[in-house]
Amino acid sequence: MTTTTTAPATTTVLDASGVTMRFGGLTAVRDVDLTVNTGEIVGLIGPNGAGKTTFFNCLTGLYVPTEGKVAYKGTVLPPKPHLVTQAGIARTFQNIRLFANMTVLENVLVGRHTRTKEGLWSALLRLPGFRRAEETSRERAMELLEFTGLAAKADHLARNLPYGEQRKLEIARALASEPGLLLLDEPTAGMNPQETRAAEELIFAIRDKGIAVLVIEHDIRFIMNLCDRVAVLVQGEKIVEGPAEVVQADERVIAAYLGTPFEGEPGAAEAAEVEAAEAHSTTEGDDK
Amino acid sequence: MTTETPMNKTTDTATPVTPPPTTPLVPLPHPAARALTVAGSALALIGTFLAWTWTKEFPGNLTVTGYPGGLQVLTLVGALLTLLFTLSGYDIPGLRWLTPGGKNSPVLLSALGVLATTGYAMGAISYELGGAVNLEPGAWVSGIGALAAVIGALGLPTDQPHDPGDPHPHHWVNLWFRLRHALSSPEPGRAKDLPAWAEILIITGGFGAGLFIFAYGIRTEYSEAFIGFLIIAAFGFSAVNRAGLLKRLSALTAKHRNVTLAAAFVAAICFPFTQSNDQFALIGANILIFATVALGLNVVVGLAGLLDLGYVAFLGVGAYAAALVSGSPQSTIGVQFPFWAAVLTGALASLIFGVVIGAPTLRLRGDYLAIVTLGFGEIFRITMNNLNGRSGPDVTNGSNGVPNIPDLELFGFNFGVPHNVLGTELTRSGNYYLLMLLFTAVVVMVFRRSAESRIGRAWVAIREDETAATAMGINSFRLKLLAFALGACLAGLAGTVQAHVSYSVTPEQYQFAGSVPPNSAFLLAAVILGGMGTISGPLIGAALLYLIPAKLQFMAEYQLLLFGIALMLLMRFRPEGLVADRRKQLEFHETGQLDVPEDKPLPEGATGVAKAGA
Ligand SMILES: Nc1ncnc2c1ncn2[C@@H]1O[C@H](COP(=O)(O)OP(=O)(O)OP(=O)(O)O)[C@@H](O)[C@H]1O
Ligand SMILES: [Mg+2]
Repeated sequence: MTTTTTAPATTTVLDASGVTMRFGGLTAVRDVDLTVNTGEIVGLIGPNGAGKTTFFNCLTGLYVPTEGKVAYKGTVLPPKPHLVTQAGIARTFQNIRLFANMTVLENVLVGRHTRTKEGLWSALLRLPGFRRAEETSRERAMELLEFTGLAAKADHLARNLPYGEQRKLEIARALASEPGLLLLDEPTAGMNPQETRAAEELIFAIRDKGIAVLVIEHDIRFIMNLCDRVAVLVQGEKIVEGPAEVVQADERVIAAYLGTPFEGEPGAAEAAEVEAAEAHSTTEGDDK
Repeated sequence: MTTETPMNKTTDTATPVTPPPTTPLVPLPHPAARALTVAGSALALIGTFLAWTWTKEFPGNLTVTGYPGGLQVLTLVGALLTLLFTLSGYDIPGLRWLTPGGKNSPVLLSALGVLATTGYAMGAISYELGGAVNLEPGAWVSGIGALAAVIGALGLPTDQPHDPGDPHPHHWVNLWFRLRHALSSPEPGRAKDLPAWAEILIITGGFGAGLFIFAYGIRTEYSEAFIGFLIIAAFGFSAVNRAGLLKRLSALTAKHRNVTLAAAFVAAICFPFTQSNDQFALIGANILIFATVALGLNVVVGLAGLLDLGYVAFLGVGAYAAALVSGSPQSTIGVQFPFWAAVLTGALASLIFGVVIGAPTLRLRGDYLAIVTLGFGEIFRITMNNLNGRSGPDVTNGSNGVPNIPDLELFGFNFGVPHNVLGTELTRSGNYYLLMLLFTAVVVMVFRRSAESRIGRAWVAIREDETAATAMGINSFRLKLLAFALGACLAGLAGTVQAHVSYSVTPEQYQFAGSVPPNSAFLLAAVILGGMGTISGPLIGAALLYLIPAKLQFMAEYQLLLFGIALMLLMRFRPEGLVADRRKQLEFHETGQLDVPEDKPLPEGATGVAKAGA
């Protein structure tokens, strides 16, 4: 589990093939294939409403895909959220879905649900294993809170955390299920530049723990810094996939974000403008 | 000898801060207002020693001079409380501990309580005996004293500074807001640590006082006394709460949780020994049954967040199962199981019924679940009615139910006859009360232990956000079914005792809403009124909901109406219930400030669920 990016022995963690999701007449995700390998950070970008979150929901069993299958480390997953988590895929939510009225520590403890077995009898009779299991769970949860920098707030209610910390807590809670693949849905939405930097560091650290990461994000600079590979979803279809620089320069991607250039004429100029703006803002960010 | 530094002087004369306005409602100088309150409450107190009326026709015998009785005792207690709180405001050393939170709001509240009880007593005497001429001077002395105390208390500065915003244009609305403001108080600070034995002594004292008040309420023999009791108890309770004493006590109980449980248990054991009248002990036993079932429902509603409107059916299943195997001559089975086997039968039958009903319905969410469980609850009752040999096979004798359930006999102890224990007589209901208490203790244990475990956390997670919970690997259907089945099983347990206490089991005992608790609506109300997710909440809620209708039978016709009004008022002013767990309090009263836990290591097991519910 200590694979790094340079290690040659990469295996496929996630293999989604032909995933299609239709809502009535609307096809939110159309025939998408995607693989994620060990030690990788893969980005998933696309304009609003492209179907990114829907794709995540298909991967994690919250939606039953109309077609296609999702395999984790070679085994096809049933479309049941708890079984997907059990298998080793954990996720965060775009619109934060913490257990608002539980404490920070309790949230993480809930994340450990699949990795502990103590049932009702064990709890009622306080069987010998119970106390030990609770101890271990609590220790592991505290470790994760240290890791995400929330240890000092372990006893606060989740609802009272500031926004950035709520996102971190979602990540800590997801990590508590000891996943092999972490799905992050816009982890930096609503964060300021410093917090975004910290989130980058955190995601690198997660990768270094041997957990593959698939991340949805609108912040191109963030994706550029972070991802080994980027896939672009437009209107439910995956149009491009490749290294970040390649994807960023791809005409179809630019067209998807900015609209089709008028008669092909101003397109190049516009693209250059965007490039310049991106470069500018990158240096600006580095100044801070 | 140290030389005086000029620094000391300059620091003393810091820039004067204009104190925020704490203007009272009645413009009186502070010393005068306090003196008036003291004088008024003392007068009210003296008045209780005089005769209030001339005839014994008014219940409670208020004609004796020199010996307060009936409603006079209530005024006496209230006046004493007011006097103590007022004197505490003088910073008298031995009394300062009485008001760690608000100083003057408890005075106002208890003074209002005295005025209300005394006023009620005077009104009731005049009404029942036909005119105010029936009042003797004693009543007037107490009444005028109480009025003076209230006026004095209104002249005391408010505990919380005013919001210097615009006053409401309408005078009366403004006055109402100012009155409510005068009743608000600051939170008490953290108490300094006492030695453990002293803290435990305080907890014991608290529970002793609680038991005494509760037993007094049950023992009231006529409805006038009970109404007076309710008035003074409500005002006194709020006053003690405003003074910050309840916060202090709950901080202690949270610290010594096992001691608290033990103290509560011991206090509950003492109860039947305070009741020589079987009628009152029966009320106690029925309250315990009701409260235990409410606590079971709290697993389903409070922890897992499943709205179950047919819960009383599980009590019914347990009771019917126990009745059928009780050896009653009218039982269609005609076997007599030993009690332990009957208990297992009842619990198991309820459990199976719970799983059978839960398996199809728990796939529904929210309102749908509520409606379906409501339906199943009624189906149970109707089925029991129809299994009478005519509409269906004869299992339950239809609407006649299973009567003549014999009394229990355990280890040679016959529950049906009075026993003499330690010099006091324990009546039949007292016996059953103690048996039921054992079951209550089991249910409290089950609730507490399951709430503070992986399973309990999963339930709360499902309640908070079912989708997120499943994404965290929780098999929500299985866990909801577990909560439902556990809840059913606990109700079934209580049912097995209920069958024996009430001699007979009939379908009409298990309705959705009726005038006699337990029924599904009252059970849910007990949980919500008491405080969801806590242990003490449903117990207190059930006690109130049972006691009030039982004591005020002349209002039986309006009972559901009053019940509805009370629920609405409660939801408006205290949506988290009487006993709030920490979460709920934060959920319903946005204070705008972050919840900063105290900087101390939490006691072991503190990540459980029923934190505030001791
Ligand atoms: N449960 C649903 N029922 C019907 N339509 C849905 C459902 N969920 C998503 N959609 C539709 O699918 C499309 C894709 O939505 P999705 O949330 O996946 O977009 P997204 O790429 O995550 O966008 P954003 O960047 O704004 O988060 C949208 O048109 C949305 O309205
Ligand atoms: Mg999205």
